[in-house]
Amino acid sequence: MSLRVIKPGLLTSIQDLGRKGFQKHGVIVSGAMDAYSLRIANLLVGNTDHEAVLEMTLMGPKLKIEKDCLIAITGGNLSPAIDGEPVPMWKPVFVKKGCTIKFGPCKSGCRAYLSVAGGYAIPEVMNSKSTYLRGELGGYKGRALQADDVISFNEQSHHQSPLSKKEVTESFALANWSVNYKKFLPLSESPIIRVTKGSQFEYFTESSKNECAKMPFTVSNQSDRMGYRLSGPALKLTHKHELLSEAVSNGSIQVTPDGNPIILLADRQTTGGYPKIAQVITADLPLIAQVKPGQSIRFSFVTLEDAESLYLQKERQLKELKSAVSLAFKNK
Amino acid sequence: MGDSAIMITFGNEIKYDTHKKIKAFMDSLENDPFVGLIECVPAFINLTIFYDPLVVYNLYKKRNKTESMSPYKVVSSIIKKRLQQIDSNQELIHRTVSIPVCYGGEFGPDLEYVARHNNLTTDEVIYIHSNGEYLAYMIGFAPGFPFLGGLSEKIATPRRPSPRTAIPAGSVGIAGAQTGVYPISTPGGWQLIGATPMKLFLPNDNPPSLLQAGDIVTFSPISQDEYNETVLKGEGQ
Repeated sequence: MSLRVIKPGLLTSIQDLGRKGFQKHGVIVSGAMDAYSLRIANLLVGNTDHEAVLEMTLMGPKLKIEKDCLIAITGGNLSPAIDGEPVPMWKPVFVKKGCTIKFGPCKSGCRAYLSVAGGYAIPEVMNSKSTYLRGELGGYKGRALQADDVISFNEQSHHQSPLSKKEVTESFALANWSVNYKKFLPLSESPIIRVTKGSQFEYFTESSKNECAKMPFTVSNQSDRMGYRLSGPALKLTHKHELLSEAVSNGSIQVTPDGNPIILLADRQTTGGYPKIAQVITADLPLIAQVKPGQSIRFSFVTLEDAESLYLQKERQLKELKSAVSLAFKNK
Repeated sequence: MGDSAIMITFGNEIKYDTHKKIKAFMDSLENDPFVGLIECVPAFINLTIFYDPLVVYNLYKKRNKTESMSPYKVVSSIIKKRLQQIDSNQELIHRTVSIPVCYGGEFGPDLEYVARHNNLTTDEVIYIHSNGEYLAYMIGFAPGFPFLGGLSEKIATPRRPSPRTAIPAGSVGIAGAQTGVYPISTPGGWQLIGATPMKLFLPNDNPPSLLQAGDIVTFSPISQDEYNETVLKGEGQ
C-alpha cells in the first residue's frame, strides 16, 4: 500500500506518454495532455521521463500517503497542500508516511501532474500504462480514480534523493531549488497557440482562413481529453467536399459542418472525416492542455520550419534540465 | 500533417488499385523501418507516417555534422526514395476472415427497416449480406473497427436519423453503402441487422485487432443457439 484515494477529484487518471504503434488497429494513443509537465514531473524525482504519473483535472483529489516517498507536482496550479500546508510545485518533495495531499482551487492552468520516485505499480497494456477511458483499458482498472482506490509504488532500483533524510523533520521536506517552468509552460489568460496549415487548409474560403488566424475562439464546456470544441466565427469551405476518413494527429484542428473547429487531443479517435484547417505545433500542445473551458484562445500561423525548431528547442531545454537535475541528485 | 507526421496520397477515390499501393508501401516501411519511424496509419486513399522528429534530427546531425536541417525534409526524402523502390504491380495476398452473424431479432433491430427500405424480404437481405465479400480498407473510428467496402447496392440504407446512444459490442450494421462491425460499445447511427459473438478488439493480443487493413471479410449466418453457444464457450475470445 502506498497511496490511498480519499476523494478522487473531477478526473484523475494514470497517464504516460501514450500508447504508440497501435493506431492502425484503431487503438487511440491517450497519454498526458501536457506531455512537458509529465516529463518534468518524472525528471524531478529521478524517473525516466516517460514513466506514468497521475493527471488531475481542475479539481484535484485528496490522497493519503501510506509510505515515505519522493514526489513532484507540475502543470497547472491546483493549490496543492500537504497536511494543510501549501506545498510548492516544480521541485522534489519528500513526503512522510501518513500525510495527506489535498488539492484546492485551480489558480492557473487546468491539469496538474503528480509523480512519485520509482513510478506507480501499474501493468502495461499494449506497451503503455495510460488510461484509455472509453475503451476501459490501461491505467488503474481502465478508469478514472475513485475513492478508496489504492495504488502501490514501484520499488526503486537504487535509492537516491536530492534530499538527505535528516532534513525531514516536519511532514514533508523540499529541495532548495526548482524548475523555471515558465519557459516550458508560459500560461496566460488568453494564450496564442501556434499552428501550421492543416491538410485541407486550401478548402476554406479566404475570409475563413483570415478569421482563423486573427479572431479569438472560446473553448466550450464540451471539451475534454478527446478534444476541445471551439466557438467563434463560423469557418466555411469554398464548396462542399466529400472527405474520406483518414488519420488525424494530436492537435489536428477539424472543422465540423456547422463551421466550428475542434482541436483533437490525447484521447482522439485515430481517424476522422472532417476537413482540417490547421495543426497545433507539438511544442504548444501543453499550452492547449492547460486552457480551461470558457477561456479564449487565438491561433497564429507559423511555418513548418518554425514548428520544428520550436520543438527541437524545447527538447534541448529538457535535456539541459535533465542534466541539471541529475547533478542536483548527486550533490545533495 | 504538422511537425511529426507526413500524409502521402495515392489516389482520390476508393479503389482497389489505390489500396494496393498503400498496402504495399506500408508493408515495405514496416518491414524495413527508417530510424525515427513510429507507426503508419493506412486510410482509403492515403497513408500517414508518424515519426519522432528528435530521433531523425539526432541521427542526421551525427551523420552530417550539421545543426541546420529539417526533420520533415529528411523524412520526405527518405520516403521519396522508398516510393521509387515499390513494385506496385505485385499482387497482394489477402487473408480471408469469416465472421459468424446472428441476423435479426434482438441483435438486428433494424433488419426489417433495411428490408422495407430496399423492397426486399429480411431473408433476401441476409442472403445478399452474407454472400458478399468485403475488403477492409482501413481500421479506425474505434479499436478494431473495420471500414469495409463491397456492400451490394441492393441493401444500401441511409443511417438512422438520430444515432443510438449505445450500440452493443459485436453489432453488425449498414450505413449508406458501407457495412461494419462495432468492436466496442459506442454511440452510433448505423442500421443494425445482426450481431457476431466474435471479439474484434483483443486488447491482450498482438495485434489487438482481429481484422487488419487488406483483409477480405465474409459473413456467415448462425442461429441464436449457435450464437449463445459460442459466447458460453468463450470461443469468441
